[in-house]
Amino acid sequence: MKDWRFWFNEQRGTLLALAIFIVMFGFYVLNHPAGFTANVVQTAANKGVLLALVAMAQTFVVLTAGIDLSVGMVFILCNCLASYVIVGSPLMVAGGVLAVVLTGAVCGAVNAAIVILGRLQPIVATIASGAVFFGVALWLRPFPGSDPTFSSDLADALTGKVFGVIPASLIFLAATVVLIWIPFRRSVSGRTVYAVGSSEVAAFMSGMPIRRAKFLAYVLSGVFASFAGLYLTFFTYSGEASAANGNTYTLYSIAAVVLGGVSLFGGRGSAIGAIFGALAFRAIGDLLFVFEIDPLWQPLFQGLVLLVAVSVGSARLFQVRNRLDLFG
Amino acid sequence: MSDTTAQAATKSRPWRQRIDLPVVTAFGCIVILLAIGSLYSPNFLSPEYLLQQLKVGAFLGVIATGMMLVILLGQIDLSVPWTVTLGAMMASAAVSWGPAGEVFAIPFGVLCGIAIGLVNGIGVAYLRIPSMIITLAVNAVAQGLMVAHTGGFAPQDSASAAMKVLAAQSTFGVPHAVLVWVVVGALAVFMLTRTTFGRAVYGIGNKEVAAYLSGVPTQRVVMIAFALCGGLAAFGGVLLAGYAGKAAQSMGDAYLLPAIAAVVLGGTSILGGRGSYLGTVAGVILITLLQSILSVMQIAEFGRQIIYGVVIIGMLLLYGRSAKVSS
Repeated sequence: MKDWRFWFNEQRGTLLALAIFIVMFGFYVLNHPAGFTANVVQTAANKGVLLALVAMAQTFVVLTAGIDLSVGMVFILCNCLASYVIVGSPLMVAGGVLAVVLTGAVCGAVNAAIVILGRLQPIVATIASGAVFFGVALWLRPFPGSDPTFSSDLADALTGKVFGVIPASLIFLAATVVLIWIPFRRSVSGRTVYAVGSSEVAAFMSGMPIRRAKFLAYVLSGVFASFAGLYLTFFTYSGEASAANGNTYTLYSIAAVVLGGVSLFGGRGSAIGAIFGALAFRAIGDLLFVFEIDPLWQPLFQGLVLLVAVSVGSARLFQVRNRLDLFG
Repeated sequence: MSDTTAQAATKSRPWRQRIDLPVVTAFGCIVILLAIGSLYSPNFLSPEYLLQQLKVGAFLGVIATGMMLVILLGQIDLSVPWTVTLGAMMASAAVSWGPAGEVFAIPFGVLCGIAIGLVNGIGVAYLRIPSMIITLAVNAVAQGLMVAHTGGFAPQDSASAAMKVLAAQSTFGVPHAVLVWVVVGALAVFMLTRTTFGRAVYGIGNKEVAAYLSGVPTQRVVMIAFALCGGLAAFGGVLLAGYAGKAAQSMGDAYLLPAIAAVVLGGTSILGGRGSYLGTVAGVILITLLQSILSVMQIAEFGRQIIYGVVIIGMLLLYGRSAKVSS
């Protein structure tokens, strides 16, 4: 096979997610009364950025063939913390942002310790650790609210438009891809994460740094969840310990990751695909809005679209020649 | 692995190895919890309190039974929250159709749950979609159906008389809900240990391809297991509606994680193929007691969440660890 075919094969999921997103967003913009304007794009970007960040967080763990069911709770915890610490002078705000990101990293490290050292299955370990993170969030913010001295300058800058055209949230997403995802993907740890996801035993036998890579994956997952928590605070100027919100984001992040072509069995896909998966998932809701479907029926249509989207993957069954391959 | 060799192997081993470590640990933790509770208030050891806990636990027990079936296969069912709600709402809705609806309320609710479970099962068994995703999507569809059905408000229909008798009343001090759980549990134990279906469930959980090559109709077994899980979740919802008098939006949300936690704390491997129903019973009682004691001690909600999570992780670290990766 030629190089480009290898590349295409590896990026197929990401490209498919991109195509789904373009089609959906195209439909949305064509049917939107205002058309393709900077404001429409900004609204769509701001709606999508939260899920995109949480989906990226989920991607790191899913690539190792694990799953992080606490990602929504880390997101909520960071939102509650940010509503206290994003205050005062620019220097204090910077310190606050750092504190929130560090908190996310610590949450990820806790998950990593339980999964790597404790050798528990990620699915149960993160369910339990999610309860702990939510408890801490509830302790910080028993009632929704914000600090009266909340500093909104940074919030407005990161949710507005740059040069009056490009949504700042999209630039932030692009920056995380260029500054964090791509260097990670090209590092030894990044490659090991893919190897662990494909076959942990093979990665072990090849002498790859399994523990370090898994640890980094969980920590980065926490960091991205904290970015999402910061962004939620930037939108709402307040913090709320809502279990429903956390669970919704956890579940949607799995959906977005799958739409984005990341295999739940690990080792396949990319965070870029997850971003488009998240944006496409959000576009489903927007589509229902512009087609003026009764809001009561929206959850049903959203569910049905999701059901159809996840069934598309079973098209591979038509290629199966040996029934034993079904169980692979 | 045939029935007789397994039994012979069990009998020939010394008693020390026959003890199921997770089940013993879980029951040990129950005793410790009760001891802590009784230090706080002597009422904890009264039969009334214990029966009350069993009654509250019975709803979780019925739901966890279905979840255990699916986890034994090495799969998971994330559609439980809205299947529970759907069962409750459909059963209550049937009541408003008149006398016939009153009679068929419970079977109708359970049948709706089985239908949801069948969609999950077909997706997992025949379309080979990972269970985590298809059940997530089906959960969203079930939620959409119920929001469209109720208009997004709490439905006005109330539970039927039979549902109330089954869930809220008691005979000679024994709550009917506990009896229902005992019946469901006995059927589950019989099915898992004495039928080919049960053997097939364990076989598939260990290695699906091996079960298939041994002549087990694996796809049908997986589909039926998911349908049973859906039916049991809906039945749990029917009971909850009978207990509360009516169905409510998102009443099932509080049951997904406790159901998974109860099954796993009882020693059932999340990867499938290993686990006993006795362990699930222990897990359900453990979680119910833990929640009850934390609320009796008037610990704030945040503290309850933290302790709840820490206890689950701590217990799993005692016996739920997987093998170290080597070669």
